[in-house]
Amino acid sequence: MMIDIDPALQGAMETFFEESRDLLQEMEQILLGVETHGLEAEQLNALFRAAHTIKGSAGLFGLDPLVRFTHRLENLLDRIRAGQQAFAAEQMVPLLLACADHLGAYLAMLQGAEPFQPDFLAEDVRLLEALEAVQQPQPEGSRLPAPVSNRPASPVVQPADTPAPADQPQASQPASWHISLRFGVDTFRDGMDPLSFLQYLRQMGEILGLVTLTDQLPKFAELDPESCYLGFEIAFASTASKAELAAVFDFVKDSCTLHILPSHDRLPEYLRMIESLPEADHKLGEILVAVGSLTPEELQQALGQQREEEDRSGQHHPLGEILVASQMVQEPLVQGALAKQQQQRAQRQMLRIHAEELDQLVDLVGELVIASAGNRLRAQEEERELRVEAAVQVARLVEEIRDRALHLRMIEVNEIYQRFPRVVRDTAKQLGKDIRLEIRGEQTELDKSMAEKIVDPLMHLVRNAMDHGIEPAATRQATGKDPQGRILLQARHDASGILIEVQDDGAGLQRDKILRKAIEKGLVQEDQKLSDAEVFALIFAPGFSTAEKISDISGRGVGMDVVKQNIESIRGSIDIESQPGQGTTIRIRLPLTLSIIDGFVVRIGKGLFVIPSDAVEECLEYPQVEAAGYLQLRGQPLPLLDLAAMFQVEQDAGSRRNVIVVGQGSERIGVLVGAILGNQQTVIKPLGRLFESLPGISAATILGNGELAPILDIAHLLQHHTRPSRTAQPTSSS
Amino acid sequence: MAQVPATTGEPATSSAGQFLIVQLQEEAFGLDITVVREIIAYVAPTPVPMMPNFVLGVINLRGQVVPVIDMARRFGRKPTTIYKRSCIIILDFSDDGQRQRIGIVVDAVNEVIEFSAQQIEVPPQFGTGLRTDFLRGMGKIDGRFIVLLEMKKVLSLEEMAQLVALRGTEIEPDEQTV
Repeated sequence: MMIDIDPALQGAMETFFEESRDLLQEMEQILLGVETHGLEAEQLNALFRAAHTIKGSAGLFGLDPLVRFTHRLENLLDRIRAGQQAFAAEQMVPLLLACADHLGAYLAMLQGAEPFQPDFLAEDVRLLEALEAVQQPQPEGSRLPAPVSNRPASPVVQPADTPAPADQPQASQPASWHISLRFGVDTFRDGMDPLSFLQYLRQMGEILGLVTLTDQLPKFAELDPESCYLGFEIAFASTASKAELAAVFDFVKDSCTLHILPSHDRLPEYLRMIESLPEADHKLGEILVAVGSLTPEELQQALGQQREEEDRSGQHHPLGEILVASQMVQEPLVQGALAKQQQQRAQRQMLRIHAEELDQLVDLVGELVIASAGNRLRAQEEERELRVEAAVQVARLVEEIRDRALHLRMIEVNEIYQRFPRVVRDTAKQLGKDIRLEIRGEQTELDKSMAEKIVDPLMHLVRNAMDHGIEPAATRQATGKDPQGRILLQARHDASGILIEVQDDGAGLQRDKILRKAIEKGLVQEDQKLSDAEVFALIFAPGFSTAEKISDISGRGVGMDVVKQNIESIRGSIDIESQPGQGTTIRIRLPLTLSIIDGFVVRIGKGLFVIPSDAVEECLEYPQVEAAGYLQLRGQPLPLLDLAAMFQVEQDAGSRRNVIVVGQGSERIGVLVGAILGNQQTVIKPLGRLFESLPGISAATILGNGELAPILDIAHLLQHHTRPSRTAQPTSSS
Repeated sequence: MAQVPATTGEPATSSAGQFLIVQLQEEAFGLDITVVREIIAYVAPTPVPMMPNFVLGVINLRGQVVPVIDMARRFGRKPTTIYKRSCIIILDFSDDGQRQRIGIVVDAVNEVIEFSAQQIEVPPQFGTGLRTDFLRGMGKIDGRFIVLLEMKKVLSLEEMAQLVALRGTEIEPDEQTV
């Protein structure tokens, strides 16, 4: 089916699709966790909220089929939540996962404006039936489907005579509640009427006192008649439970601010309410008194204290704080309330922005860093102290802005790992293997743009490891291994980049088989002598695939070369280590691609070069007397690399030379340079395709005075100068 | 650099248009004006080590790193000398779908000339001292010929990057440790 969408809504729709996908992702994660950790109330709530939010938003856009489907799902979740339905993991999890997938498919089709295919509709029917079937007979009429998008909303859909649950202590006596309600600004636009909620509320009890809040009302000229500015404070007596009261406001619960407090333990709860509401303290206090929820004495006392405090110290303390200080409420309760409130605030203050805009910002900050460094340099040349001081101050602030701006672009690697548990689970089922996924270092941060490029290669590597690496359980058992295979995804920060590892405990690469295949394909000559690493690297050659049987899982040999290309396109490298019978580790090394780094500026010959500071371990003066090629450093031989010789540039005769010890992982090397000119922040500028294959140099940078300096590629230098390479080291045994 | 005979007889179609005439070692060359982005006064490029001799280095063009090529060297001639009127021409073109920005050093910029299709002749197989695939055609004006260059070929990144890589491997064996 096609759905006509108002072009003006298109933008909002995109956001809806994006948010819904995030929610589905969250659902999936929770559901996958159930198999190992079980389901907690908080998670069940999250599942319900996700379904509910998708349904609500879909309703706003008139996506009726989606609403219908989600509604059934939500119903089931609600019943589980309410304890009316048992949660049998082995039955529910696959069903709910299938539903989440199905919703994902819905979104994809709606977004692409594609017609629903017959098999999709068949799946729809199947799932709806399954959802129906899983429901146990209901004792009472469940809530009816909610036509959220329909105009005049009458939220009265629940039978008014709902009995209170038996566990309610004062079930016989009407309990006193305080309901604090702020309607969302879009309430009218969403087709809701605040009054109908209040009328419905009256069916559940007695409104003892009610104050209408008009603080948010703008000046008449600015008033938008379609916006809702109203809030209510209600003292309410009812036998209904809190959940039942909250259910009254179900239809607006995403857009309104609702607090329902039992009156008998009011203070800590009030505090939370006070802090989280927009009105001024004073005003709020009056309201509380007006509805009879706080005594006038208490309020007077607290407000007086607040004024006193303000007069004495000039500081304004929130009313809530004073209520605590004067011990009107107990500290632990308040702390709990505050913590929760902080969390809510943090959630509310998430912001979506366009990655592109962020990139522009980061670019600008990069330019700012250069300009600021230049400014400082000029000031130092002028030797005017105040000027220098000011310039240093500016530079410091710019640095901070830089750090923050860059941090905005960083995401935790966890965000890309999220989808792996599902893939591993499904793929393992498909392959009939028992495989467990372990994830480590999920807090490691990396640049978002890089994260996007790494997902597909990683996915491919993981699938590959499952398909080709890990043996069937029977084979594993026969060789004395744990019948359950293991895939380990690891990430961590390394000296000058990020290291991501995909490790399996499978059969390992078969050297002979790879070699035979490579010879067959004409990739290597029969008589060629190759090291293990060189043989393993052959699997990255285009069109190479050793799998005897082509499977759906790991493709048709178009994979590994693409994996390599993708990683190299972001200036990363990939290598393989494999032990027959013990497994394979694939290491992906990525640059931080932060566009700015801290660098050591050094002179080599006449030119300036930059060494990334995070790779630098120490600096030494070069002792001229050392034996060629090596330096004794604390009893250990340290290989030395003369960069002037490597770069074939003239040595600056007479000037003192220095050794900079650089390292990455366990490997280290001393590079011999001329003068060390100090530490500077530098902006990484790509050198472009022309210089791509240039060994030892990864990029360039613009120094404070506008001059360019190449940045040394430490990983490359280490790789080629710590291990004995083809170009045998002259004195490797010293 | 040895001359490579042209293997593909790419017809010089739609070669008509405006050409920027530049002076390089007493010879005039025409560059398709559509790839010329700007002309700046000569600034000494920062040398990048281990590059083939036709790569002079990189310059900072308003925050962007742009490689600068000595075109004479690319043609296999003696290196370009820097004069007072020397300048760097910044070229923008798409190579292999990627946008590329490269600078070339020339002795001087003369003028812009428009050549019609009739004024452009098929380049000769020899006699220009240049690889024929570098040539787009011969522009005829006032009885003389100006070599019109096919800059995409002259500055073919694929080819130049290969030369860089070649040079890189050449160097590795004589890498010295102290």
